Amino acid sequence: MNSLKKIFGGDTRQFGMIFALIALVIFFQWQTGGKTLTSGNMMNLFNGNSYILILAIGMVLVIIAGHIDLSVGSVAAFAGIVVAIAMRDWGLPWFGGILVGLLLGALIGAWQGFWVAYVGIPAFIVTLAGMLLFRGANQFVGKSNTVPVPEGFQYIGSGYLPEVGPVTGYNNLTVLLGLLLVAFVIYNELRTRKRLARVGAEVPEMWVSLVKVGLISAAILYATYLFATGRPGTSFPIPGLILGALVVIFGFISNKTIAGRHVYAVGGNRHAAELSGVQSKKVNFMVMMNMSILAALAGMIFVGRSTASGPFDGVGWELDAIAAVFIGGAAVTGGVGTVIGSIIGGLVMAVLNNGLQLLGIGADMTQIIKGLVLLVAVAFDVYNKTQGKPSITGLLTRNFGNKSKPDLPSEVRSPDSEQSISTKEVISKS
Amino acid sequence: MENHTILEMRSITKEFPGVKALSDVSITVRAGEIHAICGENGAGKSTLMKVLSGLYPYGDYSGSIIFQGEEVQFKDIRSSEAAGIVIIHQELALIPELSIAENIFLGNEPTRFGVIDWDKVNRETLELMARVGLSEDPTTKIKDIGVGKQQLVEIAKALSKSVKLLILDEPTAALNETDSQHLLDLMSGLRSKGISCIMISHKLNEIEQIADSITIIRDGKSIETLHVKEDGVDEDRIIRGMVGRSLESRFPDHTPKLGEVFFEVRDWTVGHPSVPDRLVAKGSNFYVRRGEIVGFAGLMGAGRTELARSVFGRSYGNFKSGQIFINGKEVTLKSVPQAIEAGLAYVTEDRKSLGLNLLDDIKSTTVSANLKKITRNLVVDKDEEYRIAEEYRKSLRTKTPSVNEGVAKLSGGNQQKVVLSKWMFTDPELLILDEPTRGIDVGAKFEIYGIIQRLASQGKGVIVISSELPELLGLSDRIYTIFEGAITGEIAREDASQESLMKLMTASKKAA
Repeated sequence: MNSLKKIFGGDTRQFGMIFALIALVIFFQWQTGGKTLTSGNMMNLFNGNSYILILAIGMVLVIIAGHIDLSVGSVAAFAGIVVAIAMRDWGLPWFGGILVGLLLGALIGAWQGFWVAYVGIPAFIVTLAGMLLFRGANQFVGKSNTVPVPEGFQYIGSGYLPEVGPVTGYNNLTVLLGLLLVAFVIYNELRTRKRLARVGAEVPEMWVSLVKVGLISAAILYATYLFATGRPGTSFPIPGLILGALVVIFGFISNKTIAGRHVYAVGGNRHAAELSGVQSKKVNFMVMMNMSILAALAGMIFVGRSTASGPFDGVGWELDAIAAVFIGGAAVTGGVGTVIGSIIGGLVMAVLNNGLQLLGIGADMTQIIKGLVLLVAVAFDVYNKTQGKPSITGLLTRNFGNKSKPDLPSEVRSPDSEQSISTKEVISKS
Repeated sequence: MENHTILEMRSITKEFPGVKALSDVSITVRAGEIHAICGENGAGKSTLMKVLSGLYPYGDYSGSIIFQGEEVQFKDIRSSEAAGIVIIHQELALIPELSIAENIFLGNEPTRFGVIDWDKVNRETLELMARVGLSEDPTTKIKDIGVGKQQLVEIAKALSKSVKLLILDEPTAALNETDSQHLLDLMSGLRSKGISCIMISHKLNEIEQIADSITIIRDGKSIETLHVKEDGVDEDRIIRGMVGRSLESRFPDHTPKLGEVFFEVRDWTVGHPSVPDRLVAKGSNFYVRRGEIVGFAGLMGAGRTELARSVFGRSYGNFKSGQIFINGKEVTLKSVPQAIEAGLAYVTEDRKSLGLNLLDDIKSTTVSANLKKITRNLVVDKDEEYRIAEEYRKSLRTKTPSVNEGVAKLSGGNQQKVVLSKWMFTDPELLILDEPTRGIDVGAKFEIYGIIQRLASQGKGVIVISSELPELLGLSDRIYTIFEGAITGEIAREDASQESLMKLMTASKKAA
């Protein structure tokens, strides 16, 4: 156990969720007789869940800032139908369609952000209204019909990396991608060691780094192998590529930029953030707007995959995205959560869905099981927190972001907070 | 006056982790008297009342409570109310959207066959309201009547529970003169009907007017009990009791090096954020010199925080009028970022709810008000963040295993050091410190004082807002007093004493 801790960064909570994911994969691999880890199934898994995972990226920022967005499914559907119609009736090329979709997402996001940030209506209400509003708008614009999209556009939802270069029996681009990723993992580990040495912090022993890099590389190479050896014409899916790019971008923003810091600050303590010079209204506006842009993107990917936009696209997506975020360790009260954690939370749900399907378990039981998993994951987290133990769903937070939940002391009553009540009350009325 | 005792609290000691809030406090209340409890902010008055009302249940404190001749062990507010002790808090516990009658009988509704008997509720409400001199329709919602009347509703509610001992915490703090007088008259009326009262108040003139005896609490200890008539007590006598502690050498040596006036506020007038006609700052004027520590003395609710926050980028209240001059030039600071940019820093009095993100760690808190300084090409430089946090940890001697720790795990004093380092990192010209040592133990206080003096020696201006007069006297070069939103005095340190400050802060008759 100790060596495990060394490899994964010294904290049980970090690898709890990864282990849950791996255990789940192994369990289904065993139960389905090897049908889980196949090229075709992995591609399905990515294709069929990428749009939920993209929503989870936006949603985790919204939830960190202390809000919620219930409208993402409807916004996705509305953007999908507008883009489909624009391409069919105005003859827009596929990239024009994408641009229109993203712009529409920004507009919708500005609308919702305005109500949340500047009028001060709770996001729950604003986006509940948005959920009805944009669902209705989808059906009004599309006259409740299904509108097909051109082939070029379908590529973003169901395309694969193309075959290029010499015939090797593998998809060359996928292999290249995998190798680049492994190279990056090695480079990153070396750089971290150097940095730790420079600031005078403790550098882990060499074998720890070797095992860590070895395990991660093996996982990446195995995935590369799966994706590169699929049915002819298939390889690493485009939606997975988009998702990967977004994870990198938003992981970077949330973790390394001022904007990201401000989101955590506003969610952690809005008043304290404001008194430190954070413009909380702007932050709230931006996270709501960003969410709608990503919702529009998710809607377009879904439309591309299903080759047409329909009146009931995206129903219930908001709930899947929110579930992913909370399984991934975010706090309902805001201030806590990571992009990577949410992706893993979303993958847990996706693997569960996929595995149960492969086992031939009906949608009824699947929903029951998913509901219980969500409840148990968060209950476990809450229980651990009240016990003062580290929480398991706050996983990964130390390596990928520094926003781990410090365990709040159970004794929060203290004399100084009592004495200050009167003025606090006065101020909080402002 | 009959002389038998209704309540005796013996040797009450109550500890919070790290702090002894009450130590060996005893108080005796005679039947049918108004007993005032006096003490500075933080002396332990409210804690004592929470012990008495069962909010801190039996077992949470040591010592004994004897009520009407029997030892009582309250486990919650319900059990103390059942015995006839009712507490009315400073912040009224009424529900704005419910009617007067509903509020009075909340949790205590008379029923017939399981259904609320509204006729009875309204009838009894009318009787109770008559007893407190309130004529309103019982179905009027609480939010539609003024604070003064709300206070009366609270008392009516207490009467409905057949109260024997009524505790009023700062009952007139939010009331105007007429309402205050009415309330005081009502209290005398209750006294003549045999109901005893304990009253916590900062308004010494009211205490002198109405109280029969006074217990003074200082630093969590009961100092003395005065009998107003027998002992011929007046305000000066009470003040002496309240501040009587000796000024030990609790402050590091410091020789001020005063420069020119660089920060000045003129005719600063600010309205209350939600009550339209109420002013929280009334034409205030003040200035700060370079290298000067300026004290703001005032009791809680006097408007010190409100004044400071309205100056700090208008982060509180409705700005009405006034000017700010920095280095002789007028500036307009409409937002907190502008104020920070202009070289202001404000350390809040309420660390936990306004000053810190308790989810955050020390290093990111340290840089949080000046992220730009460590950002290169959009990326927050985490090595730099770590280095800076380490630097402040060492120079302020923050006690923590590492700057990666969460701020929630630190003690109050160390949290305050983190907050100070956060603002020092913005390199301000003027630091406004609101109750900088509240809830901090003595050793850490000494260190914080040292930091404040060091900042002043570097030529920065410092404003210290504090309820602790010895702190202000030991630290400041000059002190302003504030009462009800107005600056009532300006005294150089050499001329200031606790008595003179307290008079200006309480608008005692002599000062007003």
